[in-house]
Amino acid sequence: MCSNALYELRCRECGKTWGNVPRSFCEDCFSPLEVAYDYASLKKIVSREKLVGRAFNMWRYSELLPLPEDFGVPNAVGGTPLVASHKLACKWGLQNLYFKNDAVCFPSLSFKDRVVATALAAARRFNFTTVGCSSTGNLANAVAAQAAQQGFDACVFIPADLEPAKVLNTAVYGARIVRINGNYDRVNRLCAQVADRFQWGLVNVNLRPYYSEGSKTHGYEIAEQLGWALPDNIVVPMAGGSLITKIAKAFRELVTLGWVEPKSVKFFGAQATGCSPISDAVKRNLARFEPQKPSTIARSLAIGNPADGPFAVNQIRDSGGWAEDVSDPEIVAAIKLLAETEGIFTETAGGVTTGVTQKLIAQGRIQPHETTVVSITGNGLKTTDAIVSEFPATEAIAPHLEAFEAYLDARLGTAAASAKA
Amino acid sequence: MPVTIEIPTAFRRFTDGAPKLDCSAATIAEALDELTSRFPDLGRHVRDDQGQIRQFLNVYLNEEDIRFLGGESCLLKEGDRLLLVPSIAGGSEL
Repeated sequence: MCSNALYELRCRECGKTWGNVPRSFCEDCFSPLEVAYDYASLKKIVSREKLVGRAFNMWRYSELLPLPEDFGVPNAVGGTPLVASHKLACKWGLQNLYFKNDAVCFPSLSFKDRVVATALAAARRFNFTTVGCSSTGNLANAVAAQAAQQGFDACVFIPADLEPAKVLNTAVYGARIVRINGNYDRVNRLCAQVADRFQWGLVNVNLRPYYSEGSKTHGYEIAEQLGWALPDNIVVPMAGGSLITKIAKAFRELVTLGWVEPKSVKFFGAQATGCSPISDAVKRNLARFEPQKPSTIARSLAIGNPADGPFAVNQIRDSGGWAEDVSDPEIVAAIKLLAETEGIFTETAGGVTTGVTQKLIAQGRIQPHETTVVSITGNGLKTTDAIVSEFPATEAIAPHLEAFEAYLDARLGTAAASAKA
Repeated sequence: MPVTIEIPTAFRRFTDGAPKLDCSAATIAEALDELTSRFPDLGRHVRDDQGQIRQFLNVYLNEEDIRFLGGESCLLKEGDRLLLVPSIAGGSEL
């Protein structure tokens, strides 16, 4: 471990340490690098009690993130609600159901704000002036927003067919948008080559070890909001497969630090059937996942060759959890269900987790008395095109009481009459 | 068939700095074998102990991941381009 930092990059396979550098894989064995911490030292400098009085956002866990010593908090990210479900819990027969609602994450309304926050801290540390990413939309939004605020030039690479709202939500911040003819996997391949050629901080490429650590704060917050306790089950959407493994890391860290009691948490992964390489590998018990060509409305999860897929599969298996997937109609139905019961408007990825949760309950994999958390990672306002056909425009009426009464009579019949004073 | 293998910067430590290798191979497997026999130190980074292409190495033939082309047995034609790209994963060990 470096003498001046309590963390550094370490190879997952060969264990070689690399200090802190903008690199995502071990140059000796080409396996992924991750941030490893000196937990014994961390235990001495931070405690649950030390958090009291800090603002409720992701920076309250700063000591557990790979931030440079001179890091100054640029903005408040995270600190999203853990919503205790009543109506949907009742409908599904559960007693302790929660939705971790990153649909309202600041500043760009998805959990990607968390990962970009730690990635840009690393970008500044490594003196990059241009940052970027390959993205299915939410990440591009988050990079563009935070780069604008912090004074980085931003260049983001997206599949050309991305939802218009997600493109607009990147363009508005002044980021350069490069549209690529091809799906996300091809965009990602190009970005690996761009990172090889240009001195840029690509948050999910050469800054990936630092970037992905930001995901842990989704898990820290869940534990703290449950009263410093871990849930029995957590249902997480999977695209590249990183989030589910980082929530697991967050929970393990909290146990290591003694902030929560040890507990066996079951990790459940959620994918869209039209892009389900990880759930397919879990369900068919494959040694290696098989890449797929995505075809789903859940474009934020449409990664057919998930880089963290092997780790996600292992995490799910080792925890005793499971993975499931839902069809596009099931995703739309789940988006409406969550909105109508809990007042949460999520994007298609949230429809995936909600729909998969329903399926897991029906399969008996989630029990009524258990504490179950469902991760909602993005906002429905970004994917309105996926559900707009469900809500055709209604006819307009004249601005007269008689017209309104006629309108009600036509739709409610006698029920309308009983509503009159 | 004459094909070109493009080598990422991280691999060039093992190829004396060469950014590509032109070789003559009928299949992807033959091309990779030619690469690793020419640069033996690269061998263990391309294939694992079971002889499979390593899990965190993606191989593309022109624009396509070779796993969509039937894998290493896919036949090559003149002018094909093989691209090696280390997979970018985060990992999660505590």
